Amino acid sequence: MSFSFSAENLEKIEQLKLRYPSPKALSLPCLWMAQYQEGVISLDAIEVISELIDMPPMEIYRVATFYTMFNLEPVGKYHIQLCKTLSCALCGKTEMLEHLEKRLGIKPGESSDDGRYTLTQVECLGSCGTAPVMQINDRYYENLTPEKIDAIIDNLDEEHS
Amino acid sequence: MKECKIVSRKFDIDKSHTLAVAKEHGAYNAVLSAFELSSEAIIDIIRESGLRGKGGGGAPAGTKWALMPQDELQPSYLVVNCDESEPGTFKDRQIISKDPHLLIEGIIITCYAIKAHDAYIYIRGEYYQFQKILQQAIDEAYAEGILGEQVMGQDYRLDITIHRGAGAYICGEKSALLESMEGKRGHPRLKPKQKEPEWYFGNPTLVNNVETIASVPYILKYGAEGYRSFGTDQSPGTMLFAMSGHVEKPGVYEAEYGTSMMDYINHYGGGIHGGKRLKAVIPGGASTAVLTAEEAAGANLDYEAMRVMGSALGTGGMIVMDEDTDMVEALKNLLEFYHHESCGQCTPCREGTGWSDTLLGKVLEGRGTSEDIDKLLELADTMDGKTICVFAPAVAIVIRSFIRKFRNEFEAKVTQ
Repeated sequence: MSFSFSAENLEKIEQLKLRYPSPKALSLPCLWMAQYQEGVISLDAIEVISELIDMPPMEIYRVATFYTMFNLEPVGKYHIQLCKTLSCALCGKTEMLEHLEKRLGIKPGESSDDGRYTLTQVECLGSCGTAPVMQINDRYYENLTPEKIDAIIDNLDEEHS
Repeated sequence: MKECKIVSRKFDIDKSHTLAVAKEHGAYNAVLSAFELSSEAIIDIIRESGLRGKGGGGAPAGTKWALMPQDELQPSYLVVNCDESEPGTFKDRQIISKDPHLLIEGIIITCYAIKAHDAYIYIRGEYYQFQKILQQAIDEAYAEGILGEQVMGQDYRLDITIHRGAGAYICGEKSALLESMEGKRGHPRLKPKQKEPEWYFGNPTLVNNVETIASVPYILKYGAEGYRSFGTDQSPGTMLFAMSGHVEKPGVYEAEYGTSMMDYINHYGGGIHGGKRLKAVIPGGASTAVLTAEEAAGANLDYEAMRVMGSALGTGGMIVMDEDTDMVEALKNLLEFYHHESCGQCTPCREGTGWSDTLLGKVLEGRGTSEDIDKLLELADTMDGKTICVFAPAVAIVIRSFIRKFRNEFEAKVTQ
């Protein structure tokens, strides 16, 4: 198999097993570790997890396909997730989406040709008081305006180059 | 407006999330006095205080705690629900990022009361930056001997483990949460006929919302009477209410139950943004019946008053809509949410959420008929009361309240 957990992750998994009544509880933690390691969740990773926590591979696959944050297909280096639910919609989400589409040259569900950006719309991020909001990888960007979006993307472009 | 800082007292203090600053302001003061009481005595205090669950259901916390066995024949567990995904709700993240030690203190007292030695905090996957702050606080607590083999020098082990979700609104439903924590898809469980605890791998388990547990230290410190000095007789205490949408100052502001909704919106929210007129308010997160401006004018923020009005207090997250809001677009927005978030287990919900979303889309595109609007109400009936959990009944509530109260806007979109 072409996937194996890092030594650090294997140690973490062994430590976590001590905290739960059953190793089966670790499907989500293991899937997160695999995704941070590889950038995506592969079928090989699913096989490895299955052996580690004593759950059939198909069960792990069911879990991986149920939760929206697990990527079974690759995403860009920066996954831009714009909140589309009611409070953000009431506070200018449409304008932000149009601006993102224009700036990045892609529509929701698409990735830029250079693989740098993937744009998606997501449901309520729990940041309604600072709408409109987007999540890029692990962090939130709140109180968005077109100018702020430009500054954020400029920053990411600079980081990349 | 009565100032009440039961849970938000340390929110505006610089570095309040650190152990040093938290301790300066009284963190963990209630724990040692809790250990001097019996576990049953603590449950009695919580019951007397009338503390109600703050995840949306408002069930009396003490009653739930009393269902947990005290005999220790099996290990008991506490699971703190930080899945916070109800649209319009963003209060629990304030607690875990601004006063995580308050939550940890509440967890210690709760676990002692229900004789649990392991607690989990299920946190939604998107809250990772807040999760890191919470984990740091837990690490600090371990380093100080507040958690671990001997909690604050007492002969009591307590371990707290954060369990990260991965994007599924339904995992905020407590039985789906437990399924997720057992390593599976978040499919809600059938509800038992008799009152009993929840079960984690077959062990008795208590599931409570973050804010509910964070309210516990205050109640231990100031007693049930102290807690009841706020709020109403049946809805005692305070809540981290919130406002979003068309208010001048959206945000989370703690207030006592029974506060008038418009007083709250005007005092803390600064009224409607841009001086516009109010049109509608969803009172407690998306899954509560929308109120017209007239209804909002007479609304009080407590469980009983909301129920009498045919709505619910829910999570206390008000979504405020001004006179220019297109209520048909607003309903479509919510139906898309429910369509995406249906776990798929029950046919009426899986099919109904998809169908109602598509049908309303057709109406919005100008291809709808009057029958389509009635069909939406029919779909609500097909989903309501015929599924394993209350997700589908919530969709029915949303469809019915929007169409019944703003029917003219729906009719206006219909061409034939």
